Amino acid sequence: MAAAAELTLLEKCLGLSKGNKYSAQGERQIPVLQTNNGPSLTGLTTIAAHLVQQANKEYLLGSTAEEKAVVQQWLEYRVTQVDGHSSKDDIRTVLKDLNSYLEDKVYLTGYNFTLADILLYYGLHRFIIMKLRHRLVRNF
Amino acid sequence: MRLFVSEGAPGSLPVLAAAGRAQGRAELLISTVGPEECVVPFLTRPKVPVLQLDSGNYLFSTSAICRYFFLLSGWEQDDLTNQWLEWEATELQPALSAALYYLVVQGKKGEDVFSPVRRALTHIDHSLSRRSCPFLAGETESLADIVLWGALYPLLQDPAYLPEELGALHSWFQTLSSQEPCQRAAETVLKQQGVLALRPYLQKQPQPSFLEGRAVSNEPEEEELATLSEEEIAMAVAAWEKGLESLPPVQPQQNPVLPVAGEKNVLITSALPYVNNVPHLGNIIGCVLSADVFARYSRLRQWNTLYLCGTDEYGTATETKAMEEGLTPQEICDKYHVIHADIYRWFNISFDIFGRTTTPQQTKITQDIFQRLVARGFVLQDTVEQLRCEHCARFLADRFVEGMCPFCGYEEARGDQCDKCGKLINAIELKKPQCKVCRSCPVVKSSRHLFLDLPKLGKPLEEWLEKTLPGSDWTPNARFIIRSWLRDGLKPRCITRDLKWGTPVPLVGFEDKVFYVWFDATIGYLSITANYTDQWEKWWKNPEQVSLYQFMAKDNVPFHGLVFPCSALGAEDNYTLVSHLIATEYLNYEDGKFSKSRGVGVFGDMAQDTGIPADIWRFYLLYIRPEGQDSAFSWTDMLLKNNSELLNNLGNFINRAGMFVSKFFGGFVPEMVLTSDDRRLLAHVTLELQHYHQLLEKVRIRDALRSILTISRHGNQYIQVNEPWKRIKGSEADRQRAGTVTGLAVNIAALLSIMLQPYMPTVSATIQAQLQLPPPACSILLTNFLCTLPAGHQIGTVSPLFQKLENDQIESLRQRFSGGQAKASPKPAAVETMTTAGPQQIQVLMDEVTKQGNIVRELKAQKADKNQVAAEVAKLLDLKKQLALAEGKPLETPKGKKKK
Repeated sequence: MAAAAELTLLEKCLGLSKGNKYSAQGERQIPVLQTNNGPSLTGLTTIAAHLVQQANKEYLLGSTAEEKAVVQQWLEYRVTQVDGHSSKDDIRTVLKDLNSYLEDKVYLTGYNFTLADILLYYGLHRFIIMKLRHRLVRNF
Repeated sequence: MRLFVSEGAPGSLPVLAAAGRAQGRAELLISTVGPEECVVPFLTRPKVPVLQLDSGNYLFSTSAICRYFFLLSGWEQDDLTNQWLEWEATELQPALSAALYYLVVQGKKGEDVFSPVRRALTHIDHSLSRRSCPFLAGETESLADIVLWGALYPLLQDPAYLPEELGALHSWFQTLSSQEPCQRAAETVLKQQGVLALRPYLQKQPQPSFLEGRAVSNEPEEEELATLSEEEIAMAVAAWEKGLESLPPVQPQQNPVLPVAGEKNVLITSALPYVNNVPHLGNIIGCVLSADVFARYSRLRQWNTLYLCGTDEYGTATETKAMEEGLTPQEICDKYHVIHADIYRWFNISFDIFGRTTTPQQTKITQDIFQRLVARGFVLQDTVEQLRCEHCARFLADRFVEGMCPFCGYEEARGDQCDKCGKLINAIELKKPQCKVCRSCPVVKSSRHLFLDLPKLGKPLEEWLEKTLPGSDWTPNARFIIRSWLRDGLKPRCITRDLKWGTPVPLVGFEDKVFYVWFDATIGYLSITANYTDQWEKWWKNPEQVSLYQFMAKDNVPFHGLVFPCSALGAEDNYTLVSHLIATEYLNYEDGKFSKSRGVGVFGDMAQDTGIPADIWRFYLLYIRPEGQDSAFSWTDMLLKNNSELLNNLGNFINRAGMFVSKFFGGFVPEMVLTSDDRRLLAHVTLELQHYHQLLEKVRIRDALRSILTISRHGNQYIQVNEPWKRIKGSEADRQRAGTVTGLAVNIAALLSIMLQPYMPTVSATIQAQLQLPPPACSILLTNFLCTLPAGHQIGTVSPLFQKLENDQIESLRQRFSGGQAKASPKPAAVETMTTAGPQQIQVLMDEVTKQGNIVRELKAQKADKNQVAAEVAKLLDLKKQLALAEGKPLETPKGKKKK
C-alpha cells in the first residue's frame, strides 16, 4: 500500500473529515504533508502521529511515559524493519519476533489499542496474512 | 530499570547522554553484555543498548530509550522531533552504518567513508541554517539533538569528516559536544580511542544492507513546472521569430585545432585507460563517454575544442601480461591499443586524437619536466626496502606478492591489502611471501629511488588551488579528496621503479630504472597532444587562454588534482593546469561489481555483440551516470528506460511530429499562427533549453539529459491536447490550428535533434536527415529556441527511431553476462596448468615455446642485460614445463636449479 493511501485510510479510521493531499519524495516515495499553519511534515509515522493529534485522540499515542515510548518504538520498527527489508528471511524474522512478543499481550502496549497497532497492521498487510497464525491475527 | 550496554556499541552514546534527564526519577542500573548476547527474549537477533523497565517490558530502540528518559523529565513530544527521529532511523542510520563500516571495519578513509553520508549531513546543515535556530527542534537543546548528536559523534569527532562549508552543522555539533552529559558519554563509550573503540562491536555486526543497494539510485528528482512572466514569453517569441537568421556563420573545422586568443578554448582529457584491460561499462561512462558528451557540446557551442585520450602503456602490469601471453611488452601494447581504439570507435567517441604513452615525445617531455624538477631541487633520493624475486629476476610490485597477513593470519593476503581483514599491508611485512608468478619466495633487497618532494611543493600547490577552486566546476568528491590529502599532510612520493618497461630515468646511477607510471602517465596528455600537433605548447603552456577539463573516476583524483600539478608547478614552465576536474562515482553491475575474472558484467568489446545499438548504450549509461553518488547498471532498468523514455516519449514525439507533416501537409511545414498557449509552450521549451545549457556548462551531464526528455514530454502533451489528427478533418480554422500545432511540434523535434547530438550522435543525425534540417542549424546550438524549419520547408522520409526491447531478449542477455563465461575471453591460456590439454592447446604451447626460444636466442646474441636474459629463460622453462604437462611427458629437471 502506498504511504499516501495508507494515510488516507488512517484519516477515515480517525474520523477526520477533510482529506489531506500528500506528495511523495525521493526514491522511497516518503509521504509529505503540506500543513496550512507551518512547514511541511515528512515521514509516515510523523504524519500519522500528527493526524492523531488533529483528531484529538492523543490517547492513541500512549498515556504514560512508558506507553508513549513503546508506541514510538514500534512505529520506528514499522518503518525500519517491516518496510526496510524484503528478503524472505528478514520477513520471517520480523513475524517470528512479533509473534513471540505478542504471546502474552493483547496489543503492542499491553492492553491499550494504539497507533502502533494500526500502522503495524497496515505494514504487515502486504505480507501473506495466511502465514500469520497465532495471536497476532486474533488481536485485530 | 536496567540498561544493558556493550563495549563499543554506538547506540550507547545518545542513551548515556540522555540518561542524565531521568536522574532522580528512577533508579538506573547499567550492565555490560557481550555484543552477541540476546538480551531481549522476543528478538531473534542481538540488540544493544536495551532498557529493561520496571514493568518487565523492554525498550530496544536507541531513540525510544532516549525518548523515555526525556518523557520522564516532563518533556512533551512534538511533530518536529518525531520527524527528526523518523529521519534518523530511516535515512541517517543506514548511511551512517555504511560509513562507519568502511571506516572502522574495512579501514577505508576519506571520500569512501564520507560519500555515503554526504547527503544526510548536508540535509542537517541546510535545516539548521534555514530555520536559523541553534538546535534541531527550536531554541533549546532537546531529544532530537541528543539522538542525532549521539549517532554522528563517532564519525564527526574526526574533523576530516566535518567539512567546514557545513558551517551550521559544525557549530551545532561543537555546541553539543562541549556539554557535560555528552562529554561524559563520549568518554565512557570511546575511551579516548576515537572511532576505533567501536571496532570490537562493529566487527561482529552483519555488513550493513546500505552497501548492497540503498546507495544506488537511478531515479531523478521531481520535475517542477516553472511559472513564466510575460517578459519571458515575449522574449522567447521574439527569438523564435528571428529563426535561422540569428545563427552565426559556422566555423570551418580546423586541423589541427588550436586555441585562439580572445575566444573560448576548451581542452578536454579523459583518463588514459590502462592498456591491458578491456574497459567495462563503468570505465566507459566514468571518463571517455562523459568527456565525449562534453566535447560534442563544446563544439556545438562553437568553442575551440580539443578532445584527447590514449592508452596508458607502461608499467609492471604490461610486463606481466606480456609474460602471460608470450609476447613482448610492445606487442602487447600494439595488440590492446587496437582493441581499445575499436571499442571507442564503436561507441562513437569523438576524440580528436586517441594516442599512446609509449612514444619518443613522451620520453622527451617527461625527461624535460624531470630535469627541471631536479634543477630546482624538488627531487630527493632515498633507499627503499623491496621484495625481489630472484627466480623471475625482478622487483615485485605489491600486487604480485601474496602471503600470510601479519594481522589476521589469512593465507592469501595481497601485497597491498588483506582481503580478509581489510587492513593495509606493507608488502615486506607479509609472512611467507610468494611471487605470484613463479611461487618462489622473494627476498628483501634495498634499492635507491627518487622521490618528488611534495612537502616542498605544498605551498605553490595550495596557492594554485586557492586561485582555481572557487567558482570552478570541480566536482564535490574531487574537492573532498584533495582537501583530505592536504589535511593528512603531503609526503615525498616515489617516482621511480625497478622495471624495464617505462620511460628511462635520465640520471646517473638510475640507468636501470624507469619512471613510475603515475609520474609519467599524466604527462601522457601532453605527449599525445605533441604527437597530434607540433604546436602542442599552445594548448599546454597557455593557462591564461585555455580551460582544461579533465574527466576521470574518483580514484584518479589525487594524481590529476595534486601529483601532476605539483610536478608542473615545480617545473616552472607555465603549464596549463586543470581548471575543472570532473570525477564520477562508481557504476556497479546489477547487484555487484564488474569482474573480468568472474565474467560478470558487460565489457566494451561485448556490448557490440548484444545487437543493441551504440546510441542506446550511450543513452542508458548517461542516464545512470554516477554523478554525485554511485549508481548501478541494470538490464531490467535499461529495458524500461528504452521502452518508456526513448520509444514512448522521445521517439514517439519526434516520429509523430514528422509523420503529421508528411501525412497531412504533403511533407511541407505548414503556416504557424501562434496562440497564447503556443507562446507559453515556446517559453517553456526555451526555459528548459536554457536549463540544459546551465547544466552542461557545469558538466552535469546526467541532469541535462533529463531536460531533453522533459521537452519531449511537453511536446507529447501538446500534441495530445490539440489533436491535430482530428482538426485536420474540421473547419478552415481547425485546419489552420492543426497546421500550427504540427509546425511547432516539428520545430521542437528539430531542436531536440541538436540537443541530443552530444548524447546520441547517430540518432541525432538520423532525425536531422529525416527533417532535412539546414546544415548550419545542425552544428550550432544557441541558448534560444529558434524556428529552424519555417513554413514551406520540405522534410524527408520519416521513420521510427527506436526499437522496443523485449523481456526475453533482455533476460537472455542478463544470463549471458551474469558470470561463468569468463573463459570465452580471447586470451590464449599460457600460465595455468592444464590437465586435459587438447591438441589445439598443445599447438598453442608449442608455438609459444618456439617464440620464447627465439626471444632468448636473440637476447643472448645481443649480449643483453643478464637479468633480462634470466627472466626470459625463466619464462621459456615455464612454458616448456607446461608443454610437458600438457603432453603428459615427465618433467625435465632444469639444469642448475633446484626442483621445487
